[in-house]
Amino acid sequence: MTTTAPAIELKGISKAFGPVQANKDISIRVMPGTVHGIIGENGAGKSTLMSILYGFYKADAGEIFIHGQKTEIPDSQAAIAAGIGMVFQHFKLVQNFSVLENVVLGAEDGAMLRPSLAKAREQLKTLAEEYELHVDPDAIIEDIGVGMQQRVEILKALYRQADILILDEPTGVLTPAEADQLFRILGRLKDEGKTIILITHKLREIMDITDTVSVMRRGEMTSTVKTSDTSPADLAERMVGRKVLLRVDKQPAQPKETILDVKGLNVTDEAGVHRLKDVSFNIKAGEILGIAGVSGNGQSELLEVLGGYTKANGEILMNGAPIDLTGATSDGQSRRARGIAHVPEDRHHEGLILEFSAWENTAFGYHHDPKYQRSNILMDNAAILQDAQEKMDRFDVRPPNPQLAAKNFSGGNQQKIVVAREIERDPDLLLVGQPTRGVDIGAIEFIHQQIVALRDKGKAILLVSVELDEIMGLSDRIAVMFDGQIMGERLPAETDEKELGLLMAGVTDTDKPHTIEEIEQNLAHAGAGATKEV
Amino acid sequence: MDFFTIVQLGDASIRMAIPLLLACLAGLFSERAGIFDIGLEGKMLAAAFLSAAVSFSTGSVWVGLFAGIGISIVLSIIHGLASITFRGNQLISGVAINFFAAGLTVVIAQGWFKQGGRTPSLSGAARFDGLDFPGALTRVRDKMQASPGMQFYSEFVSGHSILVYIGLLTVPLTWWVLYRTRFGLRLRAVGEAPEAVDTAGISVVRLRYAAVIICGILCGIAGAYLSTAVQAGFTKDMTANRGFIALAALIFAKWRPWYALGACLLFGLFFAIDNRFQNIQLQVIWIMVLLVGASIAMTVYALRREKIDVLVLGGLSAVLTAVAIMTWVGSTGEDIGAIAALFETVKVPSQLIQSLPYLFVVIVLAGFVGKAIPPRAGGEPYIKER
Repeated sequence: MTTTAPAIELKGISKAFGPVQANKDISIRVMPGTVHGIIGENGAGKSTLMSILYGFYKADAGEIFIHGQKTEIPDSQAAIAAGIGMVFQHFKLVQNFSVLENVVLGAEDGAMLRPSLAKAREQLKTLAEEYELHVDPDAIIEDIGVGMQQRVEILKALYRQADILILDEPTGVLTPAEADQLFRILGRLKDEGKTIILITHKLREIMDITDTVSVMRRGEMTSTVKTSDTSPADLAERMVGRKVLLRVDKQPAQPKETILDVKGLNVTDEAGVHRLKDVSFNIKAGEILGIAGVSGNGQSELLEVLGGYTKANGEILMNGAPIDLTGATSDGQSRRARGIAHVPEDRHHEGLILEFSAWENTAFGYHHDPKYQRSNILMDNAAILQDAQEKMDRFDVRPPNPQLAAKNFSGGNQQKIVVAREIERDPDLLLVGQPTRGVDIGAIEFIHQQIVALRDKGKAILLVSVELDEIMGLSDRIAVMFDGQIMGERLPAETDEKELGLLMAGVTDTDKPHTIEEIEQNLAHAGAGATKEV
Repeated sequence: MDFFTIVQLGDASIRMAIPLLLACLAGLFSERAGIFDIGLEGKMLAAAFLSAAVSFSTGSVWVGLFAGIGISIVLSIIHGLASITFRGNQLISGVAINFFAAGLTVVIAQGWFKQGGRTPSLSGAARFDGLDFPGALTRVRDKMQASPGMQFYSEFVSGHSILVYIGLLTVPLTWWVLYRTRFGLRLRAVGEAPEAVDTAGISVVRLRYAAVIICGILCGIAGAYLSTAVQAGFTKDMTANRGFIALAALIFAKWRPWYALGACLLFGLFFAIDNRFQNIQLQVIWIMVLLVGASIAMTVYALRREKIDVLVLGGLSAVLTAVAIMTWVGSTGEDIGAIAALFETVKVPSQLIQSLPYLFVVIVLAGFVGKAIPPRAGGEPYIKER
């Protein structure tokens, strides 16, 4: 042990972007042949640190040692030469190139392409056998599923003879089955002596696969511990700096009358793709219906139809009366008038206008409210401002300054502004899309509490999320979507992640054992739609 | 139409297609690398002027050619600075280059040569002459009496300036560079996903500059060809929007080199028809069938698409139909009865023939030729994401 040098050793790395100190005096040692987790909230500086290691940014201060050798990494080329490979959260693949071309790009052997491609083809075969990374070398990237694309990224790194592999939030786009497969591959890589750094905000992944884990908070590395010596609650506390409730604290639901009744909903998009296929479900007052699924399987379209910005065929009853799905009153304004509030999936484009100030954002969609009007033409800005201030105080938005532009708030606080705007209207039905995407743990806890509180007031809630933990924790009933259809409904107490994962992959006979190949085939089949969604 | 006329038409098509082809391939290199270049026109014009001017002054067309290529590369690098280094708007930079070239060429020509914005006529070694292949006939009278094979060889194969052969060779060369070399792979990648290129440790900036410079070289040859091979000197606005037609051809060709050859030959054919047949005589009924047929085809297509095409193509087809009816009514004016007028032979308006290539551009751009997917990262400056 004493003779082996660490695969990576960082000493005193600091990096500032203007006044923001993204990394403060970070030191870390990763031993070869281990899986090291880096966990932290959004904006804690994890990605910045890894970008420095991969040569995307130059550190202001500090030193990098690779296998005991002091190494300068001014650009990605140097990182690759040092044996570092990186799998980014958003894949860096050329969509209309084949797998082979993507692997070869930047690692060609000479000016001519053919010998390089032939060599890579052979090499891929060997790698596929060695690490169970089977990919068709001639498949075009845009035709294969997300899990496959990720494998291509890993292959790219291995082809460049990387022995240190950094993965940035690798499971964000995967189904649980695909994630398990990924972890098996990572385990295999570790056995072969590769060093793996896993960046994530999911505590479960850290506990499952890492040997050691470092926690980052506000640009600092607060602690590094052996995974076996810690627990999820302990890690969460280290991340946030205070005790956090990981489980949502809620009483059993007391469903009453049906608020929303959806019958045979169909949506076909401009390209002629059938996005929603005969979707039917209902939500009762005082109940949270969770919609699980890999992103791009029709959940977005469902929210868009209910929120009033996509037209559809079928029937929707709200409080027993039909909703206009195609006509003049099929817009968002009319939906809000019917008591439907919407926290959209994409808060940067649909939930907020980032350039506008917080107080303006708190009134969007409700600016016709008489209490915001001074006369028929003039708006009462003072009233909106005061209202915004109250909402921000109640929802603990920090900093509590309504004059600040929305873009200047952190992800969690931006989301709180949106949630405050919608929940404060006291809607009968709240649509929530990915409420905690890019939101830090502390704010997740708060937003979940608000959603449960609204349910306990006897309101209906439709929750769409790709995070299974969130769906399992919040929902009173779970519907799983795949390829525009609802594959089934389950009660959280009577199901588990495995069963939901199979449903998310389009497998309905969940009792039977299934191989990963079957599931992949299913996903690839529906994949064309799934991958285009961001 | 006899065989020799067809051969002559083919010969002229190639001659007219070459500047388009060179500009089109220039645009292909640039756009495949993610830099939209609307300034092909300006670069050609500047090159046309400078190569004519330098050829005249030095007496050597080769020196002129390199001067033309040089100025075109300079303009390319300006476009590169604006759109790659300073991440500006690529359209604005391109338009600026067009204006710059259109104005400055005439002003400088007037300043240097005082011939109303032209360069003096080039002759002898200051001009690219046709290369006569061994055994090829050169006199038109001899050619007309020769066998079809000999006509084809003498007129179609032989007798072009060297730039024509260079231009044609550029097509397989471009294909080979794009699909068979490391540089080509990276070039295609940088126009689709610059972030993939960047993370693979390759410089996006250097690749894009390389592409833009190749674009400059090809535009330079195209411009020099116009003023030193097709014409014998520079005249004001002599590129006649060929840079824009080349862009349309590029879309038509779906950014592929062999398709580009096809597209440019088609446009070249239109220009050749225009040049050769100022005086086409056709029976009225055929003119009507052609025009009304075209307008029906457009209308049907436009209605199927339910988009803005309806407006553009609908308007066009209405114009075509109107021209058809006017031709007919015009011929009945000679008091021969409506039916007989259908079989009357009239001269096809030369304006109609002249408008053919441009009409075709509109149709191409309205998306008549199927879906063309431009390079994904085209027109977007690359900024490393945080």
